[in-house]
Amino acid sequence: MNLHYLKRKAVNMAALAASAFSAAFGIVFLFWILKDVITMGLPAIDLSFFTRLPAPPGTEGGGLANAILGTFTITVIATAIGVPAGILAGTYLSEYGRKSHVADVVRFISDILVSAPSIVVGVFVYALIVRPFGGFSAIAGAVALAIIMLPVVTRTAEEMLKLVPNATREAALALGAPHWKVTVLVVYRGAIRGITTGVLLAVARVSGETAPLLFTSFNNSFWNFKLTEPTATLTVTIFSYAMGPYEDWHAKAWGAALLITSVVLLVNIFARVILRGRSA
Amino acid sequence: MGIYDRHKADKAGDALFKGISYFFALSVILLMALIFIVLLKESWLSLKTFGFGFFVSSDWDPVSGSFGALPAIWGTVVSSLIAIVIALPISLGIAIFLTEMAPKPLKGPIGTAIELLASIPSIIYGMWGLFVFAPLLSDYVEPFLVDYLGFIPLFRGAPMGIGMLPAGFILAIMIIPFISSVARDIFQMVPAMIKESGYGVGATKWEVISRVVIPYTKSGIIGAVILGLGRALGETMAVTFVIGNSHEISLALLDPATSISATLANEFTEAVEEIYLSSLVELGLILFVITFVVLALAKLLIKKTALEGGRR
Repeated sequence: MNLHYLKRKAVNMAALAASAFSAAFGIVFLFWILKDVITMGLPAIDLSFFTRLPAPPGTEGGGLANAILGTFTITVIATAIGVPAGILAGTYLSEYGRKSHVADVVRFISDILVSAPSIVVGVFVYALIVRPFGGFSAIAGAVALAIIMLPVVTRTAEEMLKLVPNATREAALALGAPHWKVTVLVVYRGAIRGITTGVLLAVARVSGETAPLLFTSFNNSFWNFKLTEPTATLTVTIFSYAMGPYEDWHAKAWGAALLITSVVLLVNIFARVILRGRSA
Repeated sequence: MGIYDRHKADKAGDALFKGISYFFALSVILLMALIFIVLLKESWLSLKTFGFGFFVSSDWDPVSGSFGALPAIWGTVVSSLIAIVIALPISLGIAIFLTEMAPKPLKGPIGTAIELLASIPSIIYGMWGLFVFAPLLSDYVEPFLVDYLGFIPLFRGAPMGIGMLPAGFILAIMIIPFISSVARDIFQMVPAMIKESGYGVGATKWEVISRVVIPYTKSGIIGAVILGLGRALGETMAVTFVIGNSHEISLALLDPATSISATLANEFTEAVEEIYLSSLVELGLILFVITFVVLALAKLLIKKTALEGGRR
């Protein structure tokens, strides 16, 4: 009896120690990556990193100003396409088709598209836009990112709109307001904080995407202000620089990694703060 | 404006707004259909030329125009399975630690940190794997594996720090935050009363976890794992850096391999010949179909759990 008790206690201790150890293992790895990104990225970041073009291959110096601009431009265009489309689709799911079959199918497909391989989206946009229109372009990259955003924004918008109490809708309808005005002026206003959070998270996610941009916006070593030309982005630059042979390229890639990681993490933290503000 | 005009205008506005939102909801379905159709159309040449042989051939020769998907499919599946085997116990460990063991002031910060780490772009994981982890593996871990576990065919190969095992490992680190935050949410749904009944009859903490919490949440955990598998199968950048890009099938996990996504990332912009490009698109189609099936399965499983949970 006593032995049995001791054995159970020992098993308990061992299992708990194992799970604490595996938790520590996972957490250590994750922070190890962050630490390396910071320590190896910081030395590469100076003023010219933000203001100058890449130096010719093999020579030191220069910066990634064009890639920073490219990531910004492509993300902004993708947001301009993906967010309104996603919010409207979410509006249908929450306000009109709540229990319809169409809505069920849209939800199911959105959830699958959210986790679908982003590189396939790149192949799709290549076949749909790049090849027929004769070349890589910032627009094609933005379309690829917008496709990735659409299901994410659709589902978040739906969830956030559903949180608005029905009594609010009924109160506005009782005053004689038409349904669309109720949705735009009352329901959207009630859900604005949640939708903003969702949009911010979606923007952060696509700004770190690489795979869908490889065959759509491609890369460029120079300034490019035309949306129909190949455009450099931070993530694709990291890919080609990290795979390249030069030490200076590797340093620049770490710098770009630090920049994109900090932006993504800051936006995530900011979004969490907004969301917490609501529940408070 | 008379009251009737206004009523008409309101009705028109309603119809218009509903129509627009309906259109964008349908656009999600349309998008999915279009992706299938376009991929199918673009891979038609390869489908026609190689037929079913594409799935079983391990040829990959751009010069002679002969292509087979087996090495890429093999690499995608094996690296993802390695990732799941490593990530599952660690993710459950993190979830158990966060829900059952961590002191309260630690729960919030560690949980948030793990969720934040899930948002780090995958290219960062890949780059770290190539520059930091691979040299470490090839200097310390892999020679050891070859010397002491080399009698198992799995642990043979060139100890370069680049190959199937390192790719699986990096994938595992990438999906750990994802699986563990889902698992934590699921563990938190176990009613306190059920756990307390366990403690009430004198069970130890581990006995409550292993015999009450885990059985209670079993389908949810399976769903979370399949969801993680779906992510791992389609992941590109974390794999491309460290898998080694070799179209050879090798049982030795230390040898370089390739995956569908890595093949696409490396070769797509170089493919000039029609048949080369078409074969690559067919690879993309295969990946899309595999992940579609896996994710649909996960979704149905999680939905079923939620329904059962509601009935209990």
